[in-house]
Amino acid sequence: MNGGHDLGGMHGLGPINPEPNEPVFHEEWERRCFALTLACGFLGEWNLDMSRRARERMHPARYLETSYYEHWLIGLQTLLVETGLITEEEIARRMGEIGAEETD
Amino acid sequence: MSDHHEHAHLPDTVLRVKALESLLVEKGLVDPAALDELIDTYEHKVGPRNGARVVARAWSNADYKTRLLQNPSAALAELGFTGRQGEDMVVLENTEKVHHMVVCTLCSCYPWPVLGLPPVWYKSAPYRARAVMDPRGVLKEFGVSLSDEIEIRIWDSTAEVRYLVLPMRPEGTEGMDEESLANLVTRNSMIGTGLPLSPHQIAHQK
Repeated sequence: MNGGHDLGGMHGLGPINPEPNEPVFHEEWERRCFALTLACGFLGEWNLDMSRRARERMHPARYLETSYYEHWLIGLQTLLVETGLITEEEIARRMGEIGAEETD
Repeated sequence: MSDHHEHAHLPDTVLRVKALESLLVEKGLVDPAALDELIDTYEHKVGPRNGARVVARAWSNADYKTRLLQNPSAALAELGFTGRQGEDMVVLENTEKVHHMVVCTLCSCYPWPVLGLPPVWYKSAPYRARAVMDPRGVLKEFGVSLSDEIEIRIWDSTAEVRYLVLPMRPEGTEGMDEESLANLVTRNSMIGTGLPLSPHQIAHQK
Protein backbone atom coordinates (compact mmCIF):
# COMPACT_ATOMS: atom_id res chain seq x y z
CA MET A 1 0.00 0.00 0.00
CA ASN A 2 1.28 3.40 -0.91
CA GLY A 3 0.00 6.04 1.48
CA GLY A 4 1.09 8.66 3.96
CA HIS A 5 2.97 6.06 5.97
CA ASP A 6 5.17 4.93 3.05
CA LEU A 7 7.97 7.37 3.77
CA GLY A 8 11.08 5.72 2.29
CA GLY A 9 12.84 8.23 0.03
CA MET A 10 10.52 11.17 0.72
CA HIS A 11 12.25 14.56 0.55
CA GLY A 12 11.84 17.67 2.67
CA LEU A 13 11.12 16.20 6.09
CA GLY A 14 14.06 17.91 7.78
CA PRO A 15 16.63 16.71 10.32
CA ILE A 16 16.17 13.69 12.59
CA ASN A 17 17.09 15.40 15.88
CA PRO A 18 17.62 12.34 18.09
CA GLU A 19 16.88 13.19 21.74
CA PRO A 20 19.73 12.39 24.16
CA ASN A 21 18.77 10.10 27.08
CA GLU A 22 15.25 9.79 25.77
CA PRO A 23 12.65 8.35 28.19
CA VAL A 24 10.58 5.34 27.06
CA PHE A 25 7.39 7.44 27.26
CA HIS A 26 7.08 11.22 27.26
CA GLU A 27 3.51 11.62 28.56
CA GLU A 28 1.22 9.60 30.78
CA TRP A 29 -1.37 9.28 27.99
CA GLU A 30 1.28 7.58 25.84
CA ARG A 31 1.77 4.90 28.51
CA ARG A 32 -2.00 4.28 28.73
CA CYS A 33 -2.43 4.31 24.93
CA PHE A 34 0.42 1.80 24.49
CA ALA A 35 -0.97 -0.57 27.11
CA LEU A 36 -4.58 -0.25 25.92
CA THR A 37 -3.50 -1.10 22.37
CA LEU A 38 -1.64 -4.23 23.50
CA ALA A 39 -4.41 -5.30 25.88
CA CYS A 40 -7.09 -4.85 23.21
CA GLY A 41 -4.93 -6.87 20.81
CA PHE A 42 -5.30 -9.80 23.22
CA LEU A 43 -9.10 -9.69 22.73
CA GLY A 44 -8.48 -11.50 19.44
CA GLU A 45 -10.86 -9.33 17.43
CA TRP A 46 -8.10 -8.26 15.03
CA ASN A 47 -4.52 -9.17 14.11
CA LEU A 48 -1.30 -7.15 13.76
CA ASP A 49 -1.84 -6.49 10.06
CA MET A 50 -5.30 -5.08 10.77
CA SER A 51 -3.80 -2.81 13.45
CA ARG A 52 -1.24 -1.48 11.01
CA ARG A 53 -3.86 -1.03 8.31
CA ALA A 54 -6.02 0.96 10.74
CA ARG A 55 -3.14 3.42 11.22
CA GLU A 56 -2.13 3.46 7.57
CA ARG A 57 -5.64 4.42 6.48
CA MET A 58 -5.19 7.82 8.12
CA HIS A 59 -5.27 10.78 5.75
CA PRO A 60 -1.63 11.41 4.71
CA ALA A 61 -1.70 15.03 5.88
CA ARG A 62 -3.06 14.06 9.30
CA TYR A 63 -0.62 11.13 9.52
CA LEU A 64 2.36 13.44 9.09
CA GLU A 65 1.18 16.04 11.59
CA THR A 66 0.34 13.64 14.43
CA SER A 67 2.71 11.80 16.76
CA TYR A 68 3.43 8.09 16.86
CA TYR A 69 1.16 7.27 19.78
CA GLU A 70 -1.57 9.43 18.26
CA HIS A 71 -1.40 7.04 15.28
CA TRP A 72 -1.87 4.19 17.75
CA LEU A 73 -4.79 5.94 19.39
CA ILE A 74 -6.54 6.67 16.10
CA GLY A 75 -5.91 3.09 14.95
CA LEU A 76 -7.24 1.64 18.20
CA GLN A 77 -10.38 3.73 18.10
CA THR A 78 -10.98 2.74 14.46
CA LEU A 79 -10.73 -0.96 15.31
CA LEU A 80 -12.87 -0.71 18.45
CA VAL A 81 -15.60 1.07 16.52
CA GLU A 82 -15.42 -1.16 13.45
CA THR A 83 -15.65 -4.34 15.52
CA GLY A 84 -18.58 -2.85 17.43
CA LEU A 85 -16.91 -3.08 20.87
CA ILE A 86 -17.43 0.66 21.40
CA THR A 87 -19.46 3.23 19.48
CA GLU A 88 -18.44 6.73 18.42
CA GLU A 89 -21.34 8.06 20.53
CA GLU A 90 -20.09 6.32 23.67
CA ILE A 91 -16.63 7.79 23.18
CA ALA A 92 -17.95 11.31 22.58
CA ARG A 93 -20.25 11.10 25.62
CA ARG A 94 -17.51 9.77 27.90
CA MET A 95 -15.04 12.41 26.72
CA GLY A 96 -17.64 15.04 27.59
CA GLU A 97 -18.22 13.52 31.03
CA ILE A 98 -14.52 13.27 31.87
CA GLY A 99 -13.89 16.78 30.56
CA ALA A 100 -16.72 18.13 32.75
CA GLU A 101 -15.47 16.24 35.85
CA GLU A 102 -11.94 17.54 35.39
CA THR A 103 -13.32 21.09 35.20
CA ASP A 104 -15.20 20.77 38.53
CA MET B 1 -3.36 30.18 35.50
CA SER B 2 -5.74 28.27 37.79
CA ASP B 3 -6.12 24.50 37.81
CA HIS B 4 -9.68 24.98 36.62
CA HIS B 5 -8.54 26.72 33.53
CA GLU B 6 -5.91 24.07 32.67
CA HIS B 7 -8.33 21.21 33.17
CA ALA B 8 -10.92 22.86 31.01
CA HIS B 9 -8.42 22.63 28.23
CA LEU B 10 -7.34 19.00 28.56
CA PRO B 11 -6.13 18.14 25.08
CA ASP B 12 -8.49 16.07 22.98
CA THR B 13 -5.89 13.28 22.82
CA VAL B 14 -5.63 12.97 26.60
CA LEU B 15 -9.41 13.01 27.00
CA ARG B 16 -9.83 10.40 24.28
CA VAL B 17 -7.35 8.00 25.89
CA LYS B 18 -9.06 8.44 29.27
CA ALA B 19 -12.47 7.85 27.67
CA LEU B 20 -11.35 4.67 25.88
CA GLU B 21 -9.76 3.27 29.04
CA SER B 22 -12.82 4.11 31.11
CA LEU B 23 -15.20 2.46 28.61
CA LEU B 24 -13.03 -0.62 28.09
CA VAL B 25 -12.68 -1.18 31.84
CA GLU B 26 -16.41 -0.62 32.39
CA LYS B 27 -17.24 -3.21 29.72
CA GLY B 28 -14.82 -5.68 31.30
CA LEU B 29 -12.67 -5.79 28.17
CA VAL B 30 -9.44 -4.71 29.84
CA ASP B 31 -8.11 -5.00 33.38
CA PRO B 32 -6.40 -1.86 34.73
CA ALA B 33 -3.86 -3.98 36.63
CA ALA B 34 -2.88 -5.69 33.37
CA LEU B 35 -2.33 -2.27 31.79
CA ASP B 36 -0.02 -1.26 34.65
CA GLU B 37 1.88 -4.52 34.25
CA LEU B 38 2.37 -3.99 30.51
CA ILE B 39 3.63 -0.45 31.09
CA ASP B 40 6.03 -1.58 33.82
CA THR B 41 7.40 -4.37 31.62
CA TYR B 42 8.18 -2.17 28.65
CA GLU B 43 9.24 0.88 30.64
CA HIS B 44 11.49 -0.87 33.15
CA LYS B 45 12.18 -4.51 32.31
CA VAL B 46 12.70 -4.89 28.56
CA GLY B 47 15.27 -2.63 26.95
CA PRO B 48 18.58 -2.37 25.12
CA ARG B 49 20.51 -3.86 28.05
CA ASN B 50 19.08 -7.19 26.82
CA GLY B 51 20.60 -6.72 23.38
CA ALA B 52 23.87 -5.58 24.92
CA ARG B 53 24.13 -8.89 26.81
CA VAL B 54 23.59 -10.76 23.54
CA VAL B 55 26.31 -8.78 21.76
CA ALA B 56 28.75 -9.18 24.65
CA ARG B 57 28.11 -12.94 24.68
CA ALA B 58 28.73 -13.13 20.92
CA TRP B 59 31.96 -11.16 21.28
CA SER B 60 33.18 -13.46 24.04
CA ASN B 61 32.02 -16.82 22.80
CA ALA B 62 32.63 -17.87 19.18
CA ASP B 63 30.23 -20.80 19.38
CA TYR B 64 27.45 -18.56 20.65
CA LYS B 65 28.16 -16.07 17.86
CA THR B 66 27.86 -18.83 15.25
CA ARG B 67 24.53 -19.93 16.72
CA LEU B 68 23.35 -16.32 16.91
CA LEU B 69 24.05 -15.69 13.24
CA GLN B 70 22.71 -19.04 12.04
CA ASN B 71 19.61 -19.36 14.20
CA PRO B 72 19.04 -16.02 15.91
CA SER B 73 15.70 -16.70 17.54
CA ALA B 74 16.98 -19.86 19.27
CA ALA B 75 20.23 -18.18 20.36
CA LEU B 76 18.31 -15.23 21.81
CA ALA B 77 16.00 -17.64 23.60
CA GLU B 78 19.09 -19.16 25.29
CA LEU B 79 19.39 -15.84 27.16
CA GLY B 80 15.65 -15.71 27.76
CA PHE B 81 14.86 -13.07 25.16
CA THR B 82 11.72 -14.19 23.41
CA GLY B 83 8.28 -12.81 22.80
CA ARG B 84 6.23 -10.20 21.12
CA GLN B 85 7.77 -8.39 18.12
CA GLY B 86 10.80 -10.64 18.14
CA GLU B 87 9.42 -13.91 16.87
CA ASP B 88 11.49 -13.99 13.69
CA MET B 89 14.89 -12.37 14.09
CA VAL B 90 17.85 -11.80 11.78
CA VAL B 91 21.24 -10.80 13.21
CA LEU B 92 23.46 -8.71 10.93
CA GLU B 93 27.21 -8.82 11.59
CA ASN B 94 29.19 -5.65 10.95
CA THR B 95 32.67 -6.22 9.52
CA GLU B 96 35.58 -4.15 8.27
CA LYS B 97 33.84 -4.09 4.90
CA VAL B 98 30.12 -3.85 5.63
CA HIS B 99 28.11 -1.72 8.03
CA HIS B 100 24.45 -2.57 8.55
CA MET B 101 21.73 -0.10 9.48
CA VAL B 102 18.09 -0.88 10.25
CA VAL B 103 14.95 1.15 9.54
CA CYS B 104 11.23 0.56 9.23
CA THR B 105 10.16 2.87 6.42
CA LEU B 106 6.48 1.98 6.80
CA CYS B 107 6.15 2.31 10.55
CA SER B 108 8.15 1.22 13.56
CA CYS B 109 8.95 -2.51 13.40
CA TYR B 110 11.74 -3.15 15.91
CA PRO B 111 13.03 -6.13 17.92
CA TRP B 112 11.27 -5.48 21.23
CA PRO B 113 12.66 -8.44 23.24
CA VAL B 114 16.27 -7.29 22.76
CA LEU B 115 15.94 -3.51 22.38
CA GLY B 116 12.67 -2.60 24.10
CA LEU B 117 10.42 0.00 22.50
CA PRO B 118 11.90 2.12 19.70
CA PRO B 119 13.01 5.71 20.35
CA VAL B 120 11.07 8.59 18.80
CA TRP B 121 13.71 9.23 16.13
CA TYR B 122 13.42 5.64 14.85
CA LYS B 123 9.67 6.15 14.35
CA SER B 124 10.07 9.67 12.96
CA ALA B 125 9.29 10.63 9.38
CA PRO B 126 12.77 12.09 8.66
CA TYR B 127 14.63 8.91 9.69
CA ARG B 128 12.24 6.63 7.82
CA ALA B 129 12.48 8.80 4.71
CA ARG B 130 16.23 9.34 4.66
CA ALA B 131 17.74 6.10 5.98
CA VAL B 132 17.11 4.44 2.62
CA MET B 133 18.12 7.47 0.53
CA ASP B 134 21.04 9.08 2.32
CA PRO B 135 22.46 6.68 4.91
CA ARG B 136 25.82 8.45 5.17
CA GLY B 137 24.07 11.77 5.79
CA VAL B 138 21.90 10.13 8.44
CA LEU B 139 24.95 8.58 10.11
CA LYS B 140 26.60 11.99 10.17
CA GLU B 141 23.61 13.35 12.12
CA PHE B 142 24.28 10.64 14.67
CA GLY B 143 27.94 11.63 14.79
CA VAL B 144 29.14 8.57 12.89
CA SER B 145 31.48 8.94 9.96
CA LEU B 146 32.49 5.78 8.10
CA SER B 147 35.19 5.41 5.47
CA ASP B 148 33.89 5.47 1.90
CA GLU B 149 35.47 2.03 1.54
CA ILE B 150 32.85 0.57 3.88
CA GLU B 151 29.65 -0.55 2.20
CA ILE B 152 26.50 0.48 4.04
CA ARG B 153 23.56 -1.92 3.83
CA ILE B 154 20.10 -0.77 4.86
CA TRP B 155 17.55 -3.28 6.11
CA ASP B 156 13.87 -2.33 6.00
CA SER B 157 12.06 -4.17 8.80
CA THR B 158 8.67 -5.74 8.36
CA ALA B 159 6.01 -6.95 10.70
CA GLU B 160 7.43 -10.46 10.20
CA VAL B 161 11.23 -10.00 10.33
CA ARG B 162 13.14 -7.88 12.87
CA TYR B 163 16.84 -7.12 12.74
CA LEU B 164 19.59 -6.77 15.34
CA VAL B 165 22.99 -5.42 14.32
CA LEU B 166 26.00 -7.19 15.82
CA PRO B 167 28.57 -4.38 15.95
CA MET B 168 32.31 -4.99 15.71
CA ARG B 169 34.10 -5.54 19.00
CA PRO B 170 36.08 -2.37 19.77
CA GLU B 171 39.84 -2.45 19.90
CA GLY B 172 41.52 -2.56 23.27
CA THR B 173 38.90 -4.82 24.84
CA GLU B 174 40.98 -8.01 25.04
CA GLY B 175 40.50 -9.72 28.35
CA MET B 176 37.33 -7.83 29.27
CA ASP B 177 34.54 -9.95 30.74
CA GLU B 178 31.02 -10.09 29.33
CA GLU B 179 29.59 -7.64 31.81
CA SER B 180 32.22 -4.99 31.04
CA LEU B 181 31.82 -5.60 27.32
CA ALA B 182 28.04 -5.18 27.59
CA ASN B 183 28.60 -1.69 29.00
CA LEU B 184 30.24 -0.71 25.71
CA VAL B 185 27.22 -1.74 23.63
CA THR B 186 24.89 1.19 22.97
CA ARG B 187 21.34 0.91 21.68
CA ASN B 188 22.24 2.79 18.51
CA SER B 189 25.16 0.43 17.81
CA MET B 190 22.59 -2.39 17.60
CA ILE B 191 20.42 -0.41 15.15
CA GLY B 192 23.43 0.65 13.09
CA THR B 193 23.16 4.40 13.74
CA GLY B 194 26.02 4.24 16.22
CA LEU B 195 29.18 2.38 17.14
CA PRO B 196 30.02 0.71 20.44
CA LEU B 197 31.87 2.82 22.99
CA SER B 198 35.58 2.27 23.45
CA PRO B 199 36.95 1.42 26.93
CA HIS B 200 38.52 4.87 26.80
CA GLN B 201 35.09 6.55 26.35
CA ILE B 202 33.65 4.56 29.26
CA ALA B 203 36.53 5.68 31.47
CA HIS B 204 35.75 9.29 30.57
CA GLN B 205 32.05 8.85 31.41
CA LYS B 206 32.94 7.77 34.94
